[in-house]
Amino acid sequence: MKFGVIRFPGSCDEVDAQLAAARVAGDAELLWHADRDLHGADAVIVPGGFSYGDYLRAGAIARFAPVMESVAAFAAEGGPVLGICNGFQVLCEAGLLPGALLGNTGLRFLCRQVELEVETADTPFTRACQEGERLSIPAKHMTGRYWAPEATLDELEANRQVLLRYAPGENPNGSARDIAGVSNAAGNVFGLMPHPEHAVEELTGSTDGLKIFQSLRDHCDERLAV
Amino acid sequence: MRARVLIRPKAGILDPQGQTVERALPALGFGGVSRVHVVRLVELDVEDPATLPQICEALLCNTLIEEYEILAEDVLAAPA
Repeated sequence: MKFGVIRFPGSCDEVDAQLAAARVAGDAELLWHADRDLHGADAVIVPGGFSYGDYLRAGAIARFAPVMESVAAFAAEGGPVLGICNGFQVLCEAGLLPGALLGNTGLRFLCRQVELEVETADTPFTRACQEGERLSIPAKHMTGRYWAPEATLDELEANRQVLLRYAPGENPNGSARDIAGVSNAAGNVFGLMPHPEHAVEELTGSTDGLKIFQSLRDHCDERLAV
Repeated sequence: MRARVLIRPKAGILDPQGQTVERALPALGFGGVSRVHVVRLVELDVEDPATLPQICEALLCNTLIEEYEILAEDVLAAPA
């Protein structure tokens, strides 16, 4: 299987995402924001960074990038899409994920390891994890406070779309109900604020992030086999 | 036409920027100030002001979390 990782002007984590994906799948290609062709990717990663400078609102401009039209079409056909940090913001702005990301309640850029709990494990993005398992993954952002109307939050929980929560006492940004990562209703689009691509090597403290990439690889292998 | 659009967090959504300013004011001797919000102001020349709501909803404002206010021409005509 093949991963495609989008590169916008202002992306900064696309190479780490590419390397993490290549670790589990062997094949990961960067996709240019102005190119509508997804180059045969079986899974698309929208990476972290500051797309187009995020001058207006995080993710607000990137959602109009030519490549995002193809990502929306790919997602509509059930193709798996993973948004990390800025990628999560872009997917929310694009309406591919519910809710929005607001400025951290602490008003500061935060950059630290956070502890996550896997809430839903039978998904394309978390199937290599156990429910209740803890993942230690770094987070680094200014605009990471997940917010959605109360009724939407109730729906997300009822539909098991909350895949990851910050562990009790770990919520770094004021996210509603400690939500760290949510999927769309169909379950094939997932966004999270922490950076699994930065937690793939013992040298930097944790390899827990690999499980997200392994999950996605296994899901794609299975999807391709059908 | 010169237009100005104010974009503010929707009521009920925590606004830590506004809160921080509000908390700072009493320390400087300004009591009796409440409901402070830090908002974004976008100024633009627009040929057809009727398109402003669409411009706001398509790009300037995320209507899930923000509300916008288009300032009327007479407000803009007033001396700064």
